[in-house]
Amino acid sequence: MASRDDIKFLSNPNIGSKAKKYCRFKKFGIKHIDYKDPDFLMQFINEQGKVLPRRITGNSLKYQKRVAIAIKRARHLAFLPYVTDLLK
Amino acid sequence: MRQYEVTFIVDPVLSGDEIKSTAKTYSDMLEKEGAKIVNVDEMGLKQLAYSINKRSSGIYFCIEFSITEGSVIPGLELALRRDERIMRFLTVRLDKYGVKYNDDKRNGLIGKVVKAKDKEEKKEYKKGRANKPVAKAAPAPAPVAAPASSKSEEE
Repeated sequence: MASRDDIKFLSNPNIGSKAKKYCRFKKFGIKHIDYKDPDFLMQFINEQGKVLPRRITGNSLKYQKRVAIAIKRARHLAFLPYVTDLLK
Repeated sequence: MRQYEVTFIVDPVLSGDEIKSTAKTYSDMLEKEGAKIVNVDEMGLKQLAYSINKRSSGIYFCIEFSITEGSVIPGLELALRRDERIMRFLTVRLDKYGVKYNDDKRNGLIGKVVKAKDKEEKKEYKKGRANKPVAKAAPAPAPVAAPASSKSEEE
């Protein structure tokens, strides 16, 4: 039987606390976003090919703007679609 | 001295030699204008994300060059626009980070992003990320080696 000391919490204390979002460009020191790399840019678009908001990706404003520019360039060169469905 | 890169898509219907000569035309043209060609990257035949001029694939080229004056660019773009063999093009000025990125990429320092679909591969990629330069080579042979070793244990 579990002794009194083994029982610390009645419920999982980690429920409800979310992992803090961070800007991956700042964290890993990525300075340049390549528009010729569609696989990388895929992380920042949703299934319809729309740019994901900062709220979800956690990017800083500076890099979110650069991601958006890179995605627009990739679209122009047909690396990424302008409109689509079931992209992922 | 500013560094630029021009990426363009060549019509895939052309023969191999014609495609090569198309790219050569523009690198020669730039050289004649006094540009220093840093690199010509042939990215090869790729599927387009949407059809352009009723073509669903294209051959991608990327020419990196440095030049003292930007006045060459409009002439280059006009020539690209008039060329029927070119389906799409984009000229971009590279900042210092862009130049460094392209250098690193050429030297194989930048790894490819693993698609989110293959979850197992992604996990290994993440593991490999800690010891960075080895990461590229490490995940590939691992799945091949694993079943082989288990087999030998059975025997």
